[in-house]
Amino acid sequence: MNVFSIIATAIKNTFRNKLRTTLTVIAIFIGAFTLTLTSGIGTGVNTYIDTQLSSVGAKDVLTVTKKAPAFSTVSGPAKYDPEASKGRVATTQGPPGSTIPSLSAADLSAIAGVKGVISVDPTVTVSPDYIEYATNGKYQLAVNNFASVTKPPLAAGAQLDYQASANQIVLPTDYISSLGFTSDADAVGKTVSIGISDVTGVQHVVTATVVGVQEQTLFGGGAGLNRQLTSELNTAQHLGQAAGAVQLVGSSTVRVDPNATEAQITLIKSDLDAAGFTARTVSDQIGTFKTVIDGIVAVLNAFAIIALIAAGFGIINTLLMSVQERTREIGLMKAMGLSSGRIFGLFSTEAVFIGFLGSAMGCAVAIGAGTAVSNALANGPLSGLPGLQLVSFTPLAVANVILLVMAIALVAGTLPAYRAARQDPIESLRYE
Amino acid sequence: MKKSYGTGANRFDALKGVSLDVRQGESVAIVGKSGSGKSTLMHLLALLDEPSSGQVMIEDKDAKTLKGKRLNSLRNAAFGFVFQQFFLTPGASVLENVILPLKIAGMGAKDRRARGMEVLAQLELVDKAKNRATDLSGGQKQRVVIARALANRPRVIFADEPTGNLDTATGAVVEDILFSLNRDDGITLIVVTHDEELAAKCDRRIYIRDGLLVEAVAA
Repeated sequence: MNVFSIIATAIKNTFRNKLRTTLTVIAIFIGAFTLTLTSGIGTGVNTYIDTQLSSVGAKDVLTVTKKAPAFSTVSGPAKYDPEASKGRVATTQGPPGSTIPSLSAADLSAIAGVKGVISVDPTVTVSPDYIEYATNGKYQLAVNNFASVTKPPLAAGAQLDYQASANQIVLPTDYISSLGFTSDADAVGKTVSIGISDVTGVQHVVTATVVGVQEQTLFGGGAGLNRQLTSELNTAQHLGQAAGAVQLVGSSTVRVDPNATEAQITLIKSDLDAAGFTARTVSDQIGTFKTVIDGIVAVLNAFAIIALIAAGFGIINTLLMSVQERTREIGLMKAMGLSSGRIFGLFSTEAVFIGFLGSAMGCAVAIGAGTAVSNALANGPLSGLPGLQLVSFTPLAVANVILLVMAIALVAGTLPAYRAARQDPIESLRYE
Repeated sequence: MKKSYGTGANRFDALKGVSLDVRQGESVAIVGKSGSGKSTLMHLLALLDEPSSGQVMIEDKDAKTLKGKRLNSLRNAAFGFVFQQFFLTPGASVLENVILPLKIAGMGAKDRRARGMEVLAQLELVDKAKNRATDLSGGQKQRVVIARALANRPRVIFADEPTGNLDTATGAVVEDILFSLNRDDGITLIVVTHDEELAAKCDRRIYIRDGLLVEAVAA
C-alpha cells in the first residue's frame, strides 16, 4: 500500500462512523478554537506594542539616570548619605513618591565622555499655560515628555529636528480644529504662541513653528517640543528666581549615532553602566509590559492545551472503538499481505486527520469570531487606541496551532494504532 | 508438520504430525470436522502461521526464510482467500472491496479500477460495482469475495468453507466458479470443508481427524 492510498483510505475510514468522528472533532475543535484565540490575543497585543515601538521608539535615544535603587530595599527610612541623597528629584519610576539622585554637572560631562555618545541634554519638564493660534482662543497645552525619545507616526508634516535652532512643535491631531486650522496639513508651517508663567507669576509668550501633526500613540497625546523650544520655555519659566539657584534634573537624554547597531548600543549601555549610570531605550521601558502580556497569554494557552489533551483522550477512545469494530477487516488486510507497519500508519493517519479536521475548523471559526470581536472592540471600547487589533492572526501562528493539534492527535493515535498493528490475522478471522 | 498452542498443562496439539504436498494446478480438499485441525493446516499452508515443528516448503524454499516484507508480498501476490463469512468491508462499494489486495500491493488508482472491473466482469458483477457490499445477496457476496481473491491473479486460492453460508443452488454456482478457475486458469485450489459433496469434486481429498492425517484419497 503506498502512502497516497494509506492517506486516502484513512480519510475515508474517518467518515465511516460519522457521529463518533463528529463528537471527537468537536472536542478538538473547542481546544483548537481556544488556543487560536488566546494566541491571537497575544499576537494582537504584542503586535500593537511592537508597531508602536517601531514607529514611535527612537532607537538612537537613551534615557540616562544615576544608578541607584528607586526605592529603599531596607524597611524603614534609608540612612542619609550626603553623596547619594543630596538633591534628590521625584521620578515616575517605582511607586509614587519615589525619588532618584539628581545628575550633577560633573555627571553630565561624565556621560558625555562615554564613547559613542553624541549629545547629552538634561531632561527638563516645562509646564506651559496655554497655546494659541492667531486669535482663535487659548487652549491648555499638555506637553509630551517622551517627545525627545520618540518618533510618533505623523498625520502631516515632519518630525522634530532636535538640532534646529528655531522653535519647533508637533501638535496632536485633536488640537488642530480647536486651534482653528482647517486641516492637519494646514497647520504645518504656521506659527503658534505659547504662554508660560515664571517663578514670580509673570506670563511670557514664546512663539514656535508647527512642523508636524502626530497621531495618538500609547505614549500619550501631548505636544512634542524640540530641544530649542524646550530650553527657551525652561528659561522663561525660571525667570525671576534667585541668582545662583540650581535646577535639579533626575535624568538626561542621550543621543547616539542613528545608524548604531544593536551591539553598539549595548556596548554604550554597558559603558554607561560601568560609569555608574542606567541607560534605557524606549523599548527597554516598554519591554516590561510585553513580558507581563506574554506571561498572561502563556497561562491562557496552557488552559487551551489542557483542553486539547482532554480531546486527545477522545481520539484514543474513538480509534480504539474503530479498531475493535474493524478487527475482521484488519485481519483480512494482514492476511492479504499488508504489513503491521502500514496498519499502524493507517490508524495513525486517521488520528492525525481527525486532529486536522478539528483544528482546521477550530482555527477557521476562531479567526472569524476573533476578527469580528476585535473589529467591534476597535470601533467601540478600544477606539481610543487607534491601530489596536486586540485579536490578530498570523499564518504562522495558525499553522503552528494546527500542527500542534495534529502532533497531539498523532501521539493519541499511537495506542490504538499499535493495537491494530499487533493483531493476529488468524485470531481476527476466526469465526464460530 | 506439527502445531501446538499454549504450554504445559494448557498445551493443545492442533496438528500432531501432518505431511502433504500440493502440486501446481491441483485441487485439494482438506476434510474434517470442526476442531480436527483442518483450519490450522490451512493457516500453515497459507503462511499465516508457522509450524511448531516441521517445514513448509514453497517451490523448494523453506517458508521460514521468508520474513516480513517478502512474506507479505508473497501472500499478496500468490494467494487468494475465500472465506465462509465473506469478510467484506461494510459500507464500501463492491469495487472497493475487490481492489483491496491491489491497493495493498501498491497499484495505482487507475490500474486498480481497470483490473477490478475486469475481475467483476469475469464474475458477472459489473452492474453491482457501485453497490454497497453489504446490500448484496449471499451468493453475490461470495462472488465478490472470489473476485477479490482473483484480483491479484493468484496462483493459489484458499477457500475456507466457501459454500458454508449459501443455499444449495447458489452454493453450486460458487463451486462451479471455483472449479472452472482451477480447470481453465490452472489456479491451485485448496478447499477446507466438512462437506463431502464439495470435497468429492476435488482432485484429491485429505482427511484430518484430531490433528492427524487419516486418509488421502485421489479422485
